Amino acid sequence: MGVEGIGARVARKEDKRFLTGKGRYTDDMSVPGMKYAIFVRSPYAHAKIKSIDAAAAKAMPGVIGVLDGEQLLADGIGNLICGWMIHSKDGSPMKMGAWRPLAHETVRYVGDAVAIVVADSIAEAKDAAEAVVVDYQELPVVTDATKALEQGQPQLHPEAPNNLIFDWQIGDAAATDKAIASAAHVTEITIHNNRLSPNAMEPRATLGIYDGGDDHYTCYTTSQNPHVARLVMSAFYNVAPENKLRVIAPDVGGGFGSKIFIYPEEVVCLWASKRTGVPVKWTSDRTEAFLTDAHGRDHHSKVKMAFDANNRIIGLKVDTVANLGAYMSLFSSSVPTYLYATLLSGQYDIPAIHANVRTVYTNTAPVDAYRGAGRPEATYLLERTMETAARELGVSPAELRRINFIRTFPHQTPVIMNYDAGDYETSLNAAMQASDWNGFAARKAEAAKRGMKRGIGMSCYIEACGIAPSAAVGSLGAGVGLWESAEVRVNAVGTIEVLTGSHSHGQGHETTFAQLVADRFGVPIDSVNIVHGDTDKVQMGMGTYGSRSGAVGMSAVVKALDKVEAKAKKIAAHLMEADESDIVIENGELKVAGTDKTVPWFQMALAAYTAHNLPPGMEPGLKEGAFYDPANFTFPAGCYICEVEVDPDTGQTKIIQFVAADDFGNIINPMIVEGQVHGGLAQGIGQALLEGVHYDPANGQLLTASYMDYAMPRADDLPSFTVSTSNTPCPNNPLGIKGCGEAGAIGSPPALINAITDAIGNNRLTMPATPQKVWAAAHAAN
Amino acid sequence: MAKITMTVNGRQVSGQCDDRTLLVHFIRENLGLSGTHVGCDTSQCGACVVHMDGMSVKSCSTLAAQAAGSQVTTIEGLAANGELHPVQAAFKANHGLQCGFCTPGMVMTAVDMIRRHGGQLDEATVRAELDGNICRCTGYHNIVKAILAAAAEMGGARVAAE
Repeated sequence: MGVEGIGARVARKEDKRFLTGKGRYTDDMSVPGMKYAIFVRSPYAHAKIKSIDAAAAKAMPGVIGVLDGEQLLADGIGNLICGWMIHSKDGSPMKMGAWRPLAHETVRYVGDAVAIVVADSIAEAKDAAEAVVVDYQELPVVTDATKALEQGQPQLHPEAPNNLIFDWQIGDAAATDKAIASAAHVTEITIHNNRLSPNAMEPRATLGIYDGGDDHYTCYTTSQNPHVARLVMSAFYNVAPENKLRVIAPDVGGGFGSKIFIYPEEVVCLWASKRTGVPVKWTSDRTEAFLTDAHGRDHHSKVKMAFDANNRIIGLKVDTVANLGAYMSLFSSSVPTYLYATLLSGQYDIPAIHANVRTVYTNTAPVDAYRGAGRPEATYLLERTMETAARELGVSPAELRRINFIRTFPHQTPVIMNYDAGDYETSLNAAMQASDWNGFAARKAEAAKRGMKRGIGMSCYIEACGIAPSAAVGSLGAGVGLWESAEVRVNAVGTIEVLTGSHSHGQGHETTFAQLVADRFGVPIDSVNIVHGDTDKVQMGMGTYGSRSGAVGMSAVVKALDKVEAKAKKIAAHLMEADESDIVIENGELKVAGTDKTVPWFQMALAAYTAHNLPPGMEPGLKEGAFYDPANFTFPAGCYICEVEVDPDTGQTKIIQFVAADDFGNIINPMIVEGQVHGGLAQGIGQALLEGVHYDPANGQLLTASYMDYAMPRADDLPSFTVSTSNTPCPNNPLGIKGCGEAGAIGSPPALINAITDAIGNNRLTMPATPQKVWAAAHAAN
Repeated sequence: MAKITMTVNGRQVSGQCDDRTLLVHFIRENLGLSGTHVGCDTSQCGACVVHMDGMSVKSCSTLAAQAAGSQVTTIEGLAANGELHPVQAAFKANHGLQCGFCTPGMVMTAVDMIRRHGGQLDEATVRAELDGNICRCTGYHNIVKAILAAAAEMGGARVAAE
């Protein structure tokens, strides 16, 4: 392993700049002549724009320009797209309504951008924005997805009658209906997965710079995938051809999915920079973030799970309505379909599954991937249903899982996914032991003496990540491939740069990716730089989301390292007049095995670049690239157990313990992995107990638009966590990695809600389980 | 517009700004110290925490004018002579940061809470004292560990000095 190699708890190289205030986030960027932008946004959830009068605003001090949607359209800037085609059951394509970066004629959610004001200072821009007069004609509003499908509701887009975007299905309806009809027991439950706002702590920002001398654009932006931004802005949004557009995602303060998408503001700032002739910087405030950062979740589902007389699941039927908001965001169609319904088998051997998913337009912010993206929705549904069923069947929650676990691999589910390797019972046993499951009854009795109600809940989750095999997702409608790239450059005196298409916005790639190199060549980690985030430096990549940087990004690095290793050994063999197959690399040296003949790494590198004595026909230099396309998704899985104590007088829930037993395959840096789990658990617990986006159904106003109204998890809402891992290596990538970035957010909500339900004996809780709801449920007649 | 003078990280500095300018913007824009961050608009997230005359303050809720004549310490002023402050070192050793955006505010709050509690902190107190600092990445687990580790070390150092 080595102190800096694979499996080591290496402290992060990148920490120094973050700890000393030298991080370089987009809002920290400054260029000469830079001006500031503020967006004029619709205060109405649905309205026609009758006119925009910017005359007064343009005359105000410091104002450089005010631009609107008519001008944007006239300049040929394209619509924002959804890049994943989904077809309805009747074969028709999804109904994608036009999403103008600055609204043209119609606004469809509160916060929809209508104009951009560019001024010498933010204060002057804000003052001028208030002076822009927009004449709106209000239209009726609908915010609830189920309601929006009914007859007579406001229609958001002419392309989508009854606001239905698509009506999609997966699985075998006939077999599933038959299983339900013949079942010994059917558990029926309605599940709502509450809408969330991602809230990365760094608000979104863009600095758009048009260089009239070279007719070239530079875009600093808070992105998880700068190359995707460049691709989409050139190929679809007509901002500029790729070779005239550089996108830089410098330090990015968290993403969680919300910074995958290319938003109106990025496009408009670049365009505005050309129109006004000045660099244009926009930084979101927190209210704008709540209004316009893509929201997550918002599923409403009806579930039927059928059991035979031996408590084995014989069928699962799911009907889901998913709210996609006012416009289809970039990946929005994939989240409630191929990232959701394909996980409905869970850890269980279910012979028949059918899911029907309808997605709907409403006058709310667009909804897209947020940590877990579809898998939290599947897991919450399944694990709530399992514990409900366990109570109905009179079986312990653990026993019902054991009866139904998949135990042989590979396992083909009825919903496309083919699970490669796993051991769910090991995680279950580990979690039960670590939580002292067997001692719970005594703890519950002790708490009851104090007038408190204890509950314990379990969640056995599996997810599909390491996104994704390109041909497979292409056949399912994805417009892009989901491979990753790496280039390993050995410099002339032996230091190394790894250029990766992955992007780190908290995940620690500058350290973990360097660990791969330290492990392979025995060079100090300090001599290895990881380069990411700039389309001028890294040729192409697909970015970081879907827990893919380990399984896909690192695999590309390994492929490139393989090529570097092969050439390095050839050079060393030639220098030492030995056979290539006898060369081993250890501790920064290339040795002839079984002898004391060695060449230090730096000397081999120098030989490559001086080219005085290379094998005949070999090119000078030592630089190799690779593109890696995964063969399959990866399947992290585990068991989470949560114990809570509910105060029946106040409805307050205290988390007594939270145990996570995960299987992530092979692990590069356990310290980083633990951090990812902690952060994911916090977000999942936040969803279950605290968070929820609310719109006023009468007028579409966002009621939760600041931290005064949206409850973020804070340190004293959470316990310290007990996390552990087991390992069934992923057989489908060179490092055996499954990935770990989203699991915490995926598996935790049902553990919480199952625990509170256990405590109070009422199964009708919805998320977030606020004290008010818990109190009411605890006191309700059953 | 007014000219405002204060001492920041030991140096006397001046800048011209509107009367309505917040201290955080004065620090970031006038002084070019971008380590102090803006994360919200309701003074709850704590990314903007600096020390003013020995007290932890939220610079997003302080006017630059209020800081005139004060001693202000920002995250950039914490490490002395290129050596990390024990709190900074503890955050690194314990993986108490991921994206780094909340980190300057977390560190400044941690330094202040350790000072006020004389190094006698426990987990419950640390978690309660972090009420004004929001992190979305770490789940706070390692932040709490880091602060307790730093407090123990700084408390030990104080005992040694005595």
